[in-house]
Amino acid sequence: MSALSFHGLDAWWWPWLFLILAGWVSNDVWRLLGVAFSDRLHEASPVFAYVKAVATALVAGVIAQLILRPGGDLAEASLVLRLGAVACGFLAFRLGRDSVAIGVVVGELAFLAGRFAGL
Amino acid sequence: MRDPRRARPSDPPTSGLGWFLAGQRQFVSLPAAILMAAFVGFGGLARASGVGLPETLFLVGFVWALPSMIVVVGAIQAGTPLLATMFAVALSAARLMPMTMALMPILRGDRTPRWVLYALSHFVAVTAWVFGMTKLPDLPRSARAPYFAGFAVTLTVVNMGVAAASWWAAARLPPSAAAALVLLTPLYFALSLWRAAARVPAERLALVFGVACAPVMHALAPSIDLLLTGVIGGTAAHLAGRLLARREAAPSTEAADLTADLDGSAEGEGRR
Repeated sequence: MSALSFHGLDAWWWPWLFLILAGWVSNDVWRLLGVAFSDRLHEASPVFAYVKAVATALVAGVIAQLILRPGGDLAEASLVLRLGAVACGFLAFRLGRDSVAIGVVVGELAFLAGRFAGL
Repeated sequence: MRDPRRARPSDPPTSGLGWFLAGQRQFVSLPAAILMAAFVGFGGLARASGVGLPETLFLVGFVWALPSMIVVVGAIQAGTPLLATMFAVALSAARLMPMTMALMPILRGDRTPRWVLYALSHFVAVTAWVFGMTKLPDLPRSARAPYFAGFAVTLTVVNMGVAAASWWAAARLPPSAAAALVLLTPLYFALSLWRAAARVPAERLALVFGVACAPVMHALAPSIDLLLTGVIGGTAAHLAGRLLARREAAPSTEAADLTADLDGSAEGEGRR
Protein backbone atom coordinates (compact mmCIF):
# COMPACT_ATOMS: atom_id res chain seq x y z
CA MET A 1 0.00 0.00 0.00
CA SER A 2 1.43 3.35 -1.01
CA ALA A 3 0.99 6.37 1.19
CA LEU A 4 -1.46 8.25 -1.00
CA SER A 5 -3.70 5.38 -2.02
CA PHE A 6 -7.48 5.34 -1.42
CA HIS A 7 -7.00 3.77 2.02
CA GLY A 8 -3.72 5.63 2.58
CA LEU A 9 -4.86 8.48 4.86
CA ASP A 10 -6.91 8.00 7.98
CA ALA A 11 -9.30 10.94 7.53
CA TRP A 12 -12.99 10.85 6.61
CA TRP A 13 -12.54 13.29 3.74
CA TRP A 14 -9.59 11.59 2.07
CA PRO A 15 -11.48 8.83 0.18
CA TRP A 16 -13.89 11.45 -1.14
CA LEU A 17 -11.07 13.75 -2.26
CA PHE A 18 -9.52 10.71 -3.96
CA LEU A 19 -12.80 9.95 -5.76
CA ILE A 20 -13.34 13.58 -6.79
CA LEU A 21 -9.81 14.04 -8.18
CA ALA A 22 -9.16 10.59 -9.65
CA GLY A 23 -12.76 9.89 -10.68
CA TRP A 24 -14.71 13.01 -11.47
CA VAL A 25 -12.06 15.61 -12.41
CA SER A 26 -9.68 13.32 -14.33
CA ASN A 27 -12.59 12.01 -16.36
CA ASP A 28 -14.86 15.02 -16.98
CA VAL A 29 -11.97 17.30 -17.98
CA TRP A 30 -11.97 15.56 -21.39
CA ARG A 31 -15.67 16.18 -21.92
CA LEU A 32 -15.31 19.86 -21.01
CA LEU A 33 -12.31 20.18 -23.34
CA GLY A 34 -14.37 18.43 -25.99
CA VAL A 35 -17.04 21.14 -25.79
CA ALA A 36 -14.40 23.89 -25.70
CA PHE A 37 -12.71 22.58 -28.86
CA SER A 38 -15.82 21.29 -30.57
CA ASP A 39 -15.69 23.85 -33.35
CA ARG A 40 -11.94 23.66 -34.04
CA LEU A 41 -10.56 20.11 -33.94
CA HIS A 42 -11.99 16.90 -35.29
CA GLU A 43 -11.96 13.16 -34.87
CA ALA A 44 -10.01 12.33 -38.02
CA SER A 45 -6.73 13.84 -36.79
CA PRO A 46 -3.79 11.40 -36.39
CA VAL A 47 -3.11 12.61 -32.83
CA PHE A 48 -6.55 11.38 -31.80
CA ALA A 49 -6.01 8.07 -33.56
CA TYR A 50 -2.90 7.61 -31.41
CA VAL A 51 -4.54 8.72 -28.14
CA LYS A 52 -7.44 6.40 -28.86
CA ALA A 53 -5.10 3.46 -29.50
CA VAL A 54 -3.34 4.07 -26.17
CA ALA A 55 -6.67 4.38 -24.35
CA THR A 56 -8.00 1.22 -25.99
CA ALA A 57 -4.90 -0.77 -25.00
CA LEU A 58 -5.26 0.55 -21.46
CA VAL A 59 -8.88 -0.51 -21.23
CA ALA A 60 -7.92 -3.90 -22.70
CA GLY A 61 -5.35 -4.16 -19.91
CA VAL A 62 -8.12 -3.49 -17.38
CA ILE A 63 -10.25 -6.24 -18.97
CA ALA A 64 -7.32 -8.66 -18.80
CA GLN A 65 -6.75 -7.75 -15.15
CA LEU A 66 -10.41 -8.38 -14.33
CA ILE A 67 -10.22 -11.85 -15.86
CA LEU A 68 -6.71 -12.89 -14.80
CA ARG A 69 -6.65 -11.41 -11.29
CA PRO A 70 -10.30 -10.86 -10.31
CA GLY A 71 -11.62 -9.78 -6.93
CA GLY A 72 -14.32 -11.37 -4.79
CA ASP A 73 -16.25 -14.47 -5.74
CA LEU A 74 -14.89 -14.61 -9.27
CA ALA A 75 -11.46 -15.46 -7.83
CA GLU A 76 -12.96 -18.76 -6.61
CA ALA A 77 -13.49 -19.93 -10.19
CA SER A 78 -10.50 -21.52 -11.91
CA LEU A 79 -8.49 -19.57 -14.48
CA VAL A 80 -9.39 -22.19 -17.11
CA LEU A 81 -13.10 -21.57 -16.52
CA ARG A 82 -12.74 -17.76 -16.61
CA LEU A 83 -10.81 -17.85 -19.86
CA GLY A 84 -13.02 -20.59 -21.30
CA ALA A 85 -16.24 -18.68 -20.55
CA VAL A 86 -14.88 -15.54 -22.20
CA ALA A 87 -13.73 -17.60 -25.20
CA CYS A 88 -17.23 -19.17 -25.53
CA GLY A 89 -18.79 -15.70 -25.31
CA PHE A 90 -16.47 -14.35 -27.97
CA LEU A 91 -17.14 -17.31 -30.28
CA ALA A 92 -20.93 -16.90 -29.91
CA PHE A 93 -20.54 -13.15 -30.47
CA ARG A 94 -18.70 -13.80 -33.75
CA LEU A 95 -21.15 -16.51 -34.87
CA GLY A 96 -24.09 -14.28 -33.90
CA ARG A 97 -23.04 -11.50 -36.29
CA ASP A 98 -21.23 -9.50 -33.61
CA SER A 99 -24.23 -9.34 -31.29
CA VAL A 100 -22.98 -8.23 -27.87
CA ALA A 101 -26.17 -9.55 -26.23
CA ILE A 102 -25.69 -13.08 -27.62
CA GLY A 103 -22.02 -13.11 -26.64
CA VAL A 104 -22.71 -11.94 -23.09
CA VAL A 105 -25.53 -14.44 -22.53
CA VAL A 106 -23.57 -17.42 -23.92
CA GLY A 107 -20.42 -16.45 -22.01
CA GLU A 108 -22.38 -16.19 -18.76
CA LEU A 109 -24.18 -19.51 -19.36
CA ALA A 110 -20.86 -21.22 -20.11
CA PHE A 111 -19.46 -19.79 -16.88
CA LEU A 112 -22.42 -20.97 -14.77
CA ALA A 113 -22.34 -24.42 -16.44
CA GLY A 114 -18.65 -24.66 -15.60
CA ARG A 115 -19.30 -23.70 -11.99
CA PHE A 116 -21.93 -26.42 -11.71
CA ALA A 117 -19.41 -28.88 -13.16
CA GLY A 118 -17.04 -27.85 -10.39
CA LEU A 119 -14.45 -26.02 -12.49
CA MET B 1 -26.03 0.50 -34.79
CA ARG B 2 -28.99 2.19 -36.37
CA ASP B 3 -32.29 1.64 -34.63
CA PRO B 4 -35.00 1.06 -37.20
CA ARG B 5 -37.58 2.82 -35.04
CA ARG B 6 -37.13 6.47 -35.80
CA ALA B 7 -37.26 9.09 -33.13
CA ARG B 8 -40.47 10.68 -34.28
CA PRO B 9 -43.50 10.67 -31.97
CA SER B 10 -46.86 10.90 -33.73
CA ASP B 11 -47.60 14.27 -32.15
CA PRO B 12 -44.37 16.27 -31.98
CA PRO B 13 -44.05 18.06 -28.62
CA THR B 14 -43.98 21.83 -28.74
CA SER B 15 -42.20 22.67 -25.48
CA GLY B 16 -38.75 21.85 -24.11
CA LEU B 17 -40.35 19.80 -21.37
CA GLY B 18 -42.33 17.86 -23.95
CA TRP B 19 -39.12 16.95 -25.78
CA PHE B 20 -37.44 16.05 -22.50
CA LEU B 21 -40.25 13.58 -21.75
CA ALA B 22 -40.12 12.23 -25.32
CA GLY B 23 -36.39 11.59 -24.85
CA GLN B 24 -37.10 9.82 -21.58
CA ARG B 25 -39.40 7.37 -23.33
CA GLN B 26 -36.52 6.34 -25.61
CA PHE B 27 -34.98 4.77 -22.54
CA VAL B 28 -36.78 1.49 -23.33
CA SER B 29 -34.30 0.09 -25.86
CA LEU B 30 -31.80 -2.74 -26.35
CA PRO B 31 -28.63 -0.64 -25.90
CA ALA B 32 -30.01 0.70 -22.61
CA ALA B 33 -30.79 -2.86 -21.47
CA ILE B 34 -27.26 -4.03 -22.25
CA LEU B 35 -25.86 -1.04 -20.42
CA MET B 36 -28.00 -1.92 -17.39
CA ALA B 37 -26.56 -5.43 -17.46
CA ALA B 38 -23.09 -3.88 -17.41
CA PHE B 39 -24.05 -1.78 -14.38
CA VAL B 40 -25.34 -4.89 -12.64
CA GLY B 41 -21.82 -6.17 -13.18
CA PHE B 42 -20.28 -2.94 -11.95
CA GLY B 43 -22.24 -2.97 -8.70
CA GLY B 44 -21.01 -6.49 -8.01
CA LEU B 45 -17.46 -5.57 -8.96
CA ALA B 46 -17.44 -2.52 -6.67
CA ARG B 47 -18.72 -4.60 -3.78
CA ALA B 48 -16.15 -7.32 -4.43
CA SER B 49 -13.37 -4.71 -4.53
CA GLY B 50 -14.27 -3.27 -1.14
CA VAL B 51 -15.89 -0.04 -2.39
CA GLY B 52 -18.82 1.19 -0.25
CA LEU B 53 -22.33 1.97 -1.50
CA PRO B 54 -22.08 5.81 -1.36
CA GLU B 55 -18.72 5.69 -3.16
CA THR B 56 -20.19 3.35 -5.79
CA LEU B 57 -23.11 5.75 -6.39
CA PHE B 58 -20.70 8.69 -6.62
CA LEU B 59 -18.71 6.89 -9.31
CA VAL B 60 -21.83 6.10 -11.35
CA GLY B 61 -23.27 9.61 -11.13
CA PHE B 62 -20.14 11.75 -11.34
CA VAL B 63 -17.84 9.69 -13.55
CA TRP B 64 -20.40 7.99 -15.82
CA ALA B 65 -17.88 6.19 -18.02
CA LEU B 66 -17.48 2.50 -17.24
CA PRO B 67 -13.80 2.16 -18.24
CA SER B 68 -12.81 5.04 -15.94
CA MET B 69 -15.00 3.70 -13.15
CA ILE B 70 -13.38 0.30 -13.45
CA VAL B 71 -9.91 1.85 -13.40
CA VAL B 72 -10.80 3.73 -10.19
CA VAL B 73 -12.23 0.60 -8.55
CA GLY B 74 -9.17 -1.41 -9.61
CA ALA B 75 -6.89 1.30 -8.18
CA ILE B 76 -8.79 1.29 -4.90
CA GLN B 77 -8.47 -2.47 -4.64
CA ALA B 78 -4.78 -2.48 -5.61
CA GLY B 79 -3.81 0.49 -3.40
CA THR B 80 -2.59 2.58 -6.35
CA PRO B 81 -1.42 6.10 -5.36
CA LEU B 82 -3.60 9.11 -6.24
CA LEU B 83 -1.38 10.56 -8.99
CA ALA B 84 -0.94 7.24 -10.80
CA THR B 85 -4.71 6.71 -10.60
CA MET B 86 -5.40 10.16 -12.02
CA PHE B 87 -3.06 9.48 -14.93
CA ALA B 88 -4.62 6.10 -15.61
CA VAL B 89 -8.17 7.52 -15.51
CA ALA B 90 -7.25 10.52 -17.66
CA LEU B 91 -5.66 8.21 -20.18
CA SER B 92 -8.64 5.87 -20.36
CA ALA B 93 -11.04 8.84 -20.62
CA ALA B 94 -9.19 10.70 -23.38
CA ARG B 95 -11.47 9.04 -25.90
CA LEU B 96 -14.36 11.11 -24.50
CA MET B 97 -12.91 14.30 -25.97
CA PRO B 98 -13.22 13.46 -29.68
CA MET B 99 -16.60 11.85 -28.98
CA THR B 100 -17.82 15.06 -27.33
CA MET B 101 -16.40 17.14 -30.13
CA ALA B 102 -18.27 15.10 -32.71
CA LEU B 103 -21.58 15.27 -30.84
CA MET B 104 -21.69 18.97 -29.96
CA PRO B 105 -22.25 20.35 -33.49
CA ILE B 106 -25.27 18.01 -33.77
CA LEU B 107 -26.58 18.67 -30.27
CA ARG B 108 -26.57 22.44 -30.13
CA GLY B 109 -29.45 24.58 -31.28
CA ASP B 110 -29.16 28.17 -32.50
CA ARG B 111 -29.66 29.61 -29.03
CA THR B 112 -28.49 26.80 -26.76
CA PRO B 113 -26.47 28.46 -23.96
CA ARG B 114 -22.85 27.34 -23.62
CA TRP B 115 -23.36 26.11 -20.03
CA VAL B 116 -26.07 23.72 -21.18
CA LEU B 117 -23.59 22.12 -23.58
CA TYR B 118 -20.98 21.83 -20.82
CA ALA B 119 -23.55 20.26 -18.51
CA LEU B 120 -24.83 17.82 -21.14
CA SER B 121 -21.28 16.82 -22.10
CA HIS B 122 -21.11 14.98 -18.77
CA PHE B 123 -23.43 12.33 -20.22
CA VAL B 124 -21.22 11.56 -23.21
CA ALA B 125 -20.39 7.84 -23.03
CA VAL B 126 -20.86 5.16 -25.64
CA THR B 127 -24.60 4.46 -25.22
CA ALA B 128 -25.84 8.06 -25.03
CA TRP B 129 -23.38 9.11 -27.73
CA VAL B 130 -24.64 6.55 -30.23
CA PHE B 131 -28.19 7.60 -29.34
CA GLY B 132 -27.35 11.26 -29.95
CA MET B 133 -25.48 10.71 -33.19
CA THR B 134 -28.22 8.56 -34.73
CA LYS B 135 -31.46 10.12 -33.45
CA LEU B 136 -30.84 13.83 -33.06
CA PRO B 137 -30.24 14.69 -36.73
CA ASP B 138 -33.93 13.91 -37.45
CA LEU B 139 -35.19 16.44 -34.90
CA PRO B 140 -35.61 20.22 -35.08
CA ARG B 141 -32.56 21.98 -33.59
CA SER B 142 -34.44 23.49 -30.66
CA ALA B 143 -35.65 20.00 -29.60
CA ARG B 144 -32.27 18.27 -29.57
CA ALA B 145 -30.79 19.41 -26.23
CA PRO B 146 -33.92 18.64 -24.15
CA TYR B 147 -34.51 15.35 -26.01
CA PHE B 148 -30.93 14.23 -25.39
CA ALA B 149 -31.13 15.39 -21.76
CA GLY B 150 -34.31 13.36 -21.21
CA PHE B 151 -32.66 10.19 -22.46
CA ALA B 152 -29.26 10.71 -20.85
CA VAL B 153 -30.45 11.80 -17.40
CA THR B 154 -32.90 8.88 -17.25
CA LEU B 155 -30.16 6.46 -18.27
CA THR B 156 -27.84 7.77 -15.55
CA VAL B 157 -30.38 7.85 -12.73
CA VAL B 158 -31.78 4.39 -13.53
CA ASN B 159 -28.28 2.93 -13.65
CA MET B 160 -27.44 4.46 -10.27
CA GLY B 161 -30.40 2.45 -8.98
CA VAL B 162 -29.25 -0.65 -10.87
CA ALA B 163 -25.71 -0.40 -9.48
CA ALA B 164 -27.02 0.16 -5.95
CA ALA B 165 -29.36 -2.85 -6.18
CA SER B 166 -26.63 -5.09 -7.50
CA TRP B 167 -24.14 -3.82 -4.89
CA TRP B 168 -26.71 -4.70 -2.24
CA ALA B 169 -27.59 -8.06 -3.79
CA ALA B 170 -23.99 -9.16 -4.39
CA ALA B 171 -23.42 -10.26 -0.78
CA ARG B 172 -26.79 -12.06 -0.64
CA LEU B 173 -26.40 -14.08 -3.81
CA PRO B 174 -25.02 -17.59 -4.06
CA PRO B 175 -21.27 -17.26 -4.81
CA SER B 176 -21.58 -18.60 -8.38
CA ALA B 177 -24.19 -15.97 -9.27
CA ALA B 178 -22.11 -13.21 -7.68
CA ALA B 179 -19.05 -14.39 -9.63
CA ALA B 180 -21.13 -14.37 -12.83
CA LEU B 181 -22.07 -10.74 -12.10
CA VAL B 182 -18.41 -9.77 -11.74
CA LEU B 183 -17.67 -11.54 -15.03
CA LEU B 184 -20.35 -9.48 -16.84
CA THR B 185 -18.19 -6.35 -16.93
CA PRO B 186 -15.07 -7.69 -18.68
CA LEU B 187 -17.23 -9.80 -20.99
CA TYR B 188 -19.46 -6.90 -22.01
CA PHE B 189 -16.48 -4.61 -22.50
CA ALA B 190 -14.38 -7.01 -24.51
CA LEU B 191 -17.26 -7.63 -26.91
CA SER B 192 -18.60 -4.10 -27.27
CA LEU B 193 -15.11 -2.64 -27.74
CA TRP B 194 -14.28 -5.28 -30.33
CA ARG B 195 -17.45 -4.35 -32.13
CA ALA B 196 -16.88 -0.61 -31.87
CA ALA B 197 -13.36 -1.04 -33.29
CA ALA B 198 -14.70 -2.74 -36.42
CA ARG B 199 -13.40 -0.28 -38.99
CA VAL B 200 -10.01 0.59 -37.54
CA PRO B 201 -7.41 -2.23 -37.52
CA ALA B 202 -5.19 -0.31 -35.08
CA GLU B 203 -7.92 -0.39 -32.43
CA ARG B 204 -8.43 -4.13 -32.64
CA LEU B 205 -4.66 -4.52 -32.44
CA ALA B 206 -4.72 -2.22 -29.40
CA LEU B 207 -7.24 -4.53 -27.72
CA VAL B 208 -5.13 -7.61 -28.45
CA PHE B 209 -1.83 -5.94 -27.49
CA GLY B 210 -3.36 -4.51 -24.33
CA VAL B 211 -4.56 -7.93 -23.17
CA ALA B 212 -1.15 -9.43 -24.04
CA CYS B 213 0.85 -6.67 -22.32
CA ALA B 214 -1.15 -6.54 -19.10
CA PRO B 215 0.27 -9.64 -17.32
CA VAL B 216 3.83 -8.79 -18.40
CA MET B 217 3.58 -5.20 -17.15
CA HIS B 218 2.01 -6.39 -13.93
CA ALA B 219 5.00 -8.65 -13.33
CA LEU B 220 7.47 -5.85 -14.16
CA ALA B 221 5.90 -2.81 -12.45
CA PRO B 222 2.67 -3.56 -10.57
CA SER B 223 1.99 0.03 -9.46
CA ILE B 224 1.94 1.55 -12.95
CA ASP B 225 1.14 -1.55 -14.98
CA LEU B 226 -2.02 -0.15 -16.61
CA LEU B 227 -0.27 3.01 -17.70
CA LEU B 228 2.59 1.03 -19.24
CA THR B 229 0.12 -1.35 -20.86
CA GLY B 230 -1.67 1.61 -22.46
CA VAL B 231 1.44 3.40 -23.68
CA ILE B 232 3.39 0.37 -24.90
CA GLY B 233 0.46 -1.66 -26.24
CA GLY B 234 -1.20 1.41 -27.76
CA THR B 235 1.96 2.73 -29.43
CA ALA B 236 2.73 -0.69 -30.88
CA ALA B 237 -0.84 -1.05 -32.14
CA HIS B 238 -0.85 2.43 -33.64
CA LEU B 239 2.44 1.84 -35.50
CA ALA B 240 1.37 -1.63 -36.66
CA GLY B 241 -1.98 -0.21 -37.78
CA ARG B 242 -0.28 2.45 -39.87
CA LEU B 243 2.01 -0.15 -41.39
CA LEU B 244 -0.94 -2.38 -42.28
CA ALA B 245 -2.92 0.49 -43.77
CA ARG B 246 0.09 1.48 -45.85
CA ARG B 247 0.73 -2.03 -47.11
CA GLU B 248 -2.93 -2.59 -47.98
CA ALA B 249 -3.25 0.65 -49.91
CA ALA B 250 0.04 0.33 -51.77
CA PRO B 251 0.45 -1.03 -55.26
CA SER B 252 4.17 -0.39 -55.73
CA THR B 253 4.21 2.73 -57.92
CA GLU B 254 5.38 5.95 -56.29
CA ALA B 255 2.19 7.81 -57.07
CA ALA B 256 0.20 5.15 -55.24
CA ASP B 257 2.51 5.49 -52.22
CA LEU B 258 1.78 9.19 -52.11
CA THR B 259 -1.97 8.71 -52.01
CA ALA B 260 -1.53 5.92 -49.48
CA ASP B 261 0.16 8.43 -47.20
CA LEU B 262 -2.71 10.83 -47.60
CA ASP B 263 -5.22 8.10 -46.82
CA GLY B 264 -3.19 7.01 -43.84
CA SER B 265 -3.45 10.42 -42.24
CA ALA B 266 -7.23 10.32 -42.46
CA GLU B 267 -7.73 6.72 -41.38
CA GLY B 268 -10.65 7.52 -39.10
CA GLU B 269 -12.66 9.07 -41.89
CA GLY B 270 -15.25 6.35 -42.38
CA ARG B 271 -16.23 6.54 -38.70
CA ARG B 272 -18.72 8.92 -37.18
